[in-house]
Amino acid sequence: MELAVFYFFAFLALGSAVFILLTKNLMYAAFALFLSLVGVAGLFVLSGADFLAITQLMVYVGGILVLIIFGIMLTRTPDKTDDSQSANRILLNSRRRFWGLTLSISLFLVLIATITQATFRLSGMPIKSRSTIKTLGVELMTSHLLPFEIAGILLLVALIGAAYLALNRSPS
Amino acid sequence: MQTPIPLFHFLIVAAALFSIGLAVAVTKRSVIGILIGLELMLNAVNLNLIAFSRYDPVLLRGQLFALFVIVVAAAEVTVALALVLRVYHHYGSIDPDEMNQLKH
Repeated sequence: MELAVFYFFAFLALGSAVFILLTKNLMYAAFALFLSLVGVAGLFVLSGADFLAITQLMVYVGGILVLIIFGIMLTRTPDKTDDSQSANRILLNSRRRFWGLTLSISLFLVLIATITQATFRLSGMPIKSRSTIKTLGVELMTSHLLPFEIAGILLLVALIGAAYLALNRSPS
Repeated sequence: MQTPIPLFHFLIVAAALFSIGLAVAVTKRSVIGILIGLELMLNAVNLNLIAFSRYDPVLLRGQLFALFVIVVAAAEVTVALALVLRVYHHYGSIDPDEMNQLKH
């Protein structure tokens, strides 16, 4: 049963990723990215990371995906026709297909060869506890306090820097 | 207690997702397409970290690392989209092949 759910979410993530690769419409690619992120969040739950699955949904779907769709809408090339009934598709041709596919397939074969030959020595037993929130919170506030503060400063810098960069500085 | 899903499955899915993300980043003719490919690759790396972290239930170091990866990815996309807006304002297009000046 658990394995069937795993295959469902893995198929969701990989199928949407292949759709992103094949589609020409950038907007469809953004929506397929949503499905792919949901699939990855399901895989997170299946490997015992409940808090990270919720974080994935909130940060990626609530933040990054909305930003990407805003970026598509603000920078699309105007290729609309006069016919008001037809949809304004944001079409996009792909380039370097041969090199892209060769590179990715060879990388995939190398990774598969590495994974099948490796013998991982797993020290601990699999997760048995219900929730990981307590462990994550205690670790963030004790042994990972410095990276936590640095991440906060990084987010502040990114916020100010992005607002400054996106400012329209042209005099016209 | 049900038997857990083998680690091997997660690693295969993550490898496939990383390869597809790389292909998307190479073949799309738009900076935003490249960003979408980058997000897929970051998710594949997070999947690896979390799959290994299942065997570290006391400290959960892999999950903590994945949490920081998510934070850095959010910051990266924010700055990248601000840059994309500036580039579109200057060139009128966001095809990375058409950006051929360092200074205007």
